[in-house]
Amino acid sequence: MSDREDEREPPYLYPDYVGTRLRAPAKPLVRLPDGFHDFPAPVFPRTLVELDHDLTRRHSGEPIGERIIVAGRVLDSDGRPLRNTIVEVWQANAAGRYLDQDDQHPAPLDPNFTGAGRCLTDDEGRYRFITIKPGAYPWKNHRNAWRPAHIHFSLFGSGFRSRLVTQMYFPGDPLMPRDPILQSIPDQAGRERLVSRFDPEATVPEWALAYRWDIVLRGRAATPFEDEP
Amino acid sequence: MTAPLTPSQTVGPFFGVGLPFEQGEQIAPPGSAGAIRIEGQVLDGDGQPVPDALLEIWQPATGFGRARTDSEGAFGFTTVKPGAVPAPNGRTQAPHLNVTVFARGLLRHLVTRMYFPDETEANATDPVLNLVAPARRETLVAKSCGGVLHFDIRLQGEQETVFFAI
Repeated sequence: MSDREDEREPPYLYPDYVGTRLRAPAKPLVRLPDGFHDFPAPVFPRTLVELDHDLTRRHSGEPIGERIIVAGRVLDSDGRPLRNTIVEVWQANAAGRYLDQDDQHPAPLDPNFTGAGRCLTDDEGRYRFITIKPGAYPWKNHRNAWRPAHIHFSLFGSGFRSRLVTQMYFPGDPLMPRDPILQSIPDQAGRERLVSRFDPEATVPEWALAYRWDIVLRGRAATPFEDEP
Repeated sequence: MTAPLTPSQTVGPFFGVGLPFEQGEQIAPPGSAGAIRIEGQVLDGDGQPVPDALLEIWQPATGFGRARTDSEGAFGFTTVKPGAVPAPNGRTQAPHLNVTVFARGLLRHLVTRMYFPDETEANATDPVLNLVAPARRETLVAKSCGGVLHFDIRLQGEQETVFFAI
């Protein structure tokens, strides 16, 4: 990662996010000469997982909550669409509760909502999920700490250096300025890149609001490898 | 023109519903020819187990694996040992696995490498190990014990694992 890119990413140690204090490496990362990390991204074993872009159809009934469409494009930093790449998402239910035994938030689980999905991008790099809007939830980082509503995303991109795990937020959420995880990103423009926008054109009348969120992964232009067919 | 990258955020504590998948830790079936077992623990700056970490191992020649840590911070993979890996400068790298670490409290993932203890000669000339201060190199080499390769990941502290800028 170049120094300029590095300044746009959250630091490892961000004391306001208490969880970083004992987990951030204290020693400097070792920088390798150019090329040592320029090999292809992991090949995800797609035969082992079920692809399902519709998180509202995993059970016999419909989940409680506000049905939404979350869609966008996955591009590399050179502007090329990433085709046929896997996008993994997971999230809390409408009440702000994850289907996880360690989630102790006293909000109800929804028997009709697991909160996980996977899909592949199309030839234009587009992905599309149908889900329900996740709720905010409390966490114990500081007194009266609440996470803004968010959906977790995981992507591989084309090269090993393209890997990204991040979170997508919703426009206008008043919890965002108080959230140390989002605020760990040093600049406002960077934080805004994690906020989806309401998309009236993609909203389906009488059915679901749509949110648009594009994702940019590191490209491989600076490497001797060529991944375009 | 280069578009700004989408920034990273932590995987959080509740990735269990979305990321692990069945047989994710088995790149090779246990007991198959050439299968090796890797086991270890992820530890924080106080030496306490990290029960909410997700590890990915990847080497183009051998495949991709994903495993989470358990309540003791322990993880395991079954895979095959890769061969030597070409280096960009025309040299050769000793056999190794690329290891990526995600966890609650990690706002960005960490990248390290696991080298093999039975490759003393290749490790001694490996261009990446030779960039690491000698006293820290051993954090990158697994230890062989009872037919299992043991590889702990210490996120912080005296014996902190070497992580690479990516």
